[in-house]
Amino acid sequence: MKKFTTTLAALMILGSTSSFADGHKVKVGMITTLSGGGSGLGIDVRDGFMLAVKGNKNISVITKDDQRKPDIAVQLADKMIQSDKVDVLTGIIWSNLAMAVVPATVNQGKFYLSPNAGPSKLAGKGCHKNYFNVAWQNDNLHEAAGGYANSAGFKNSFILAPNYPAGKDALTGYKRYFKGSLAGEIYTKLGQKDYAAEIAQIRASGADSVFFFLPGGMGIGFMKQFSQSAIKLPVVGPAFSFDQGILKAVGDAALGVKNTSQWSKDIVNDANKKFVKDFQSEYGRLPSLYASQGYDTGKLLISAMSKAKVKDKDKFRDALRKADFASTRGKFSFDKNHHPIQDIYVREVIKEGKILTNKIVSVGLKDHSNAYVSECKM
Amino acid sequence: MSSILFFEQLLNGIQFGTMLFLMSAGLTLIFGVMGLINLAHGSFYMIGAFSAALIASLTGSFWLALLASLSGAAIAGVLIEIFIIRRLYRRDHLDQVLATFALILLLSEGVRWCFGAFPLYLDIPENLNGTLPILDDIIYSKYRLFIIFMGLLIAAGLYILITKTRLGVRIRAGQNDRQMISALGIDISKLYTIVFALGASLAGLAGAMIGAIQSVEVGMGEPILILAFVVIVIGGIGSIKGALIGSILVGVTDTIGRIFLPEFLKVFMEPASATSVGSSIGSMLIYILMALILIIKPSGLFGKT
Repeated sequence: MKKFTTTLAALMILGSTSSFADGHKVKVGMITTLSGGGSGLGIDVRDGFMLAVKGNKNISVITKDDQRKPDIAVQLADKMIQSDKVDVLTGIIWSNLAMAVVPATVNQGKFYLSPNAGPSKLAGKGCHKNYFNVAWQNDNLHEAAGGYANSAGFKNSFILAPNYPAGKDALTGYKRYFKGSLAGEIYTKLGQKDYAAEIAQIRASGADSVFFFLPGGMGIGFMKQFSQSAIKLPVVGPAFSFDQGILKAVGDAALGVKNTSQWSKDIVNDANKKFVKDFQSEYGRLPSLYASQGYDTGKLLISAMSKAKVKDKDKFRDALRKADFASTRGKFSFDKNHHPIQDIYVREVIKEGKILTNKIVSVGLKDHSNAYVSECKM
Repeated sequence: MSSILFFEQLLNGIQFGTMLFLMSAGLTLIFGVMGLINLAHGSFYMIGAFSAALIASLTGSFWLALLASLSGAAIAGVLIEIFIIRRLYRRDHLDQVLATFALILLLSEGVRWCFGAFPLYLDIPENLNGTLPILDDIIYSKYRLFIIFMGLLIAAGLYILITKTRLGVRIRAGQNDRQMISALGIDISKLYTIVFALGASLAGLAGAMIGAIQSVEVGMGEPILILAFVVIVIGGIGSIKGALIGSILVGVTDTIGRIFLPEFLKVFMEPASATSVGSSIGSMLIYILMALILIIKPSGLFGKT
């Protein structure tokens, strides 16, 4: 009897691999942050992606939680590649996790579609033919913020970001486009939530504006404390501290703040209208930019699958590179280093009824690519 | 660097310190009386903040929310003490660490299950919003002054509780000789439950007060927990006075260090690298402080040798 069951099991495994071997099916491994601090971002990316591939019988997705830890992300990637035999990996939110997982993944011949993290290394010298970023290169939104600061007439900015690679990318990005001088530059501790000391420095610095990149919970604390401090300086930042998931927690302190994003709920196109409506009816909340990135990643994958089999790597890669899908952002294409060329918008936080959300004020940077294309030898 | 700015940063340091005191007082009491290493103390900070956010969103009152944070964390403390912690007193410290670490995971996921993964909203009351002029040129956040005031009030309250009341006598007796006081007919398990709930409620109050200016989210307690452990090691494990002095010391060192060290390094380094080197060393300062104090006084400032 035991022998019979093992044989049966073996047959079933054989059966399942052979059904994958027909090539129209794609197995996706999604590694993202689903527990602990920062899980809101991972949940949004996952929900957006699952919404995009919903009902598609040729895609199967294995989702695993990386707990925001690089070592766990690496273990999960190894397991997904070696025992689950996935064709495509996606999902990672944080740049330090992406740096740990992506190079090994693409070198083993798997595709990686990044729905969020876009560290400068993977856009420049470390670019790879199997790596596609569907969101942005890390510097992008900050560059747009710098550009906006010029047009708003700011001359003397105080800038701050956490002391880790993406924080440095952020300040570099802002400084690349901002033409004024700096009243001060502070690197805060990663995960810091109390900014009393930094706010006192801002007050004493004589700045005429503040730029900050403090993603997730860090930004909530900063905005609340800044608005209580009675400093009346204009604030500008990337969308990460003003996305739909955390606006609720920041409250009215965020009202009127300008922030830069490649996506907004009020971009007018059919794909976006459908996405916002479907997301709301599926999950009962408004989508964030992370959700739109997950959704676009799913749509990109489907578009490539309709053109080529995933086992035919060269053809599949070409199909991905064409980015022939209706993006929620409207116009979307890949530059030579497989990072997006897209518009970056300036948004303002407003109140719709009782719900805080964003509306587009202007286009910050049109058809914007990234500063690392020339470093990428591909 | 003006003296006004320095004074303001000093106040920031003291405010941070009083908040750490609320966390570390409970932690050090629980260790002193029961000999228990409670890693899950940060979870009570989180439970307090979530209880407050829940009540604030239902009633709109910040003061009811503060009350809810105290009682919510105390109730959680009593339940957890009775059903789980009680079994750990006789076990060695490794077992306690493992079990309370498991509690962190359970409570964090439990809270996420109830409230979702997105941060909740909790704001300070209208009449504490804004700033207050103290002295001529110094203006300071009303709410942060309120936190300092609450911290000092609770320190005074704990002092009276420990030195002037019968419960305080029992707590001190418990710290000195656990077997003896149970032999004298004192209901030791009730005493333990009370002390544990007291510690939990102080942590919950800290969570609610800080949650109102930072963010109320899952996992908010763990970074504070690490600092609270640094405080009680510096102050001497089991000593409330040590916890108070240690908290202020850590709060001031951390705040002053992370601001003025980069400024100081700019004197002889180029600004960009001074900023990044300075903030890196700044975040290590409290551990350097701890190491120095332990070299001079191995059992902490007020610890029993």
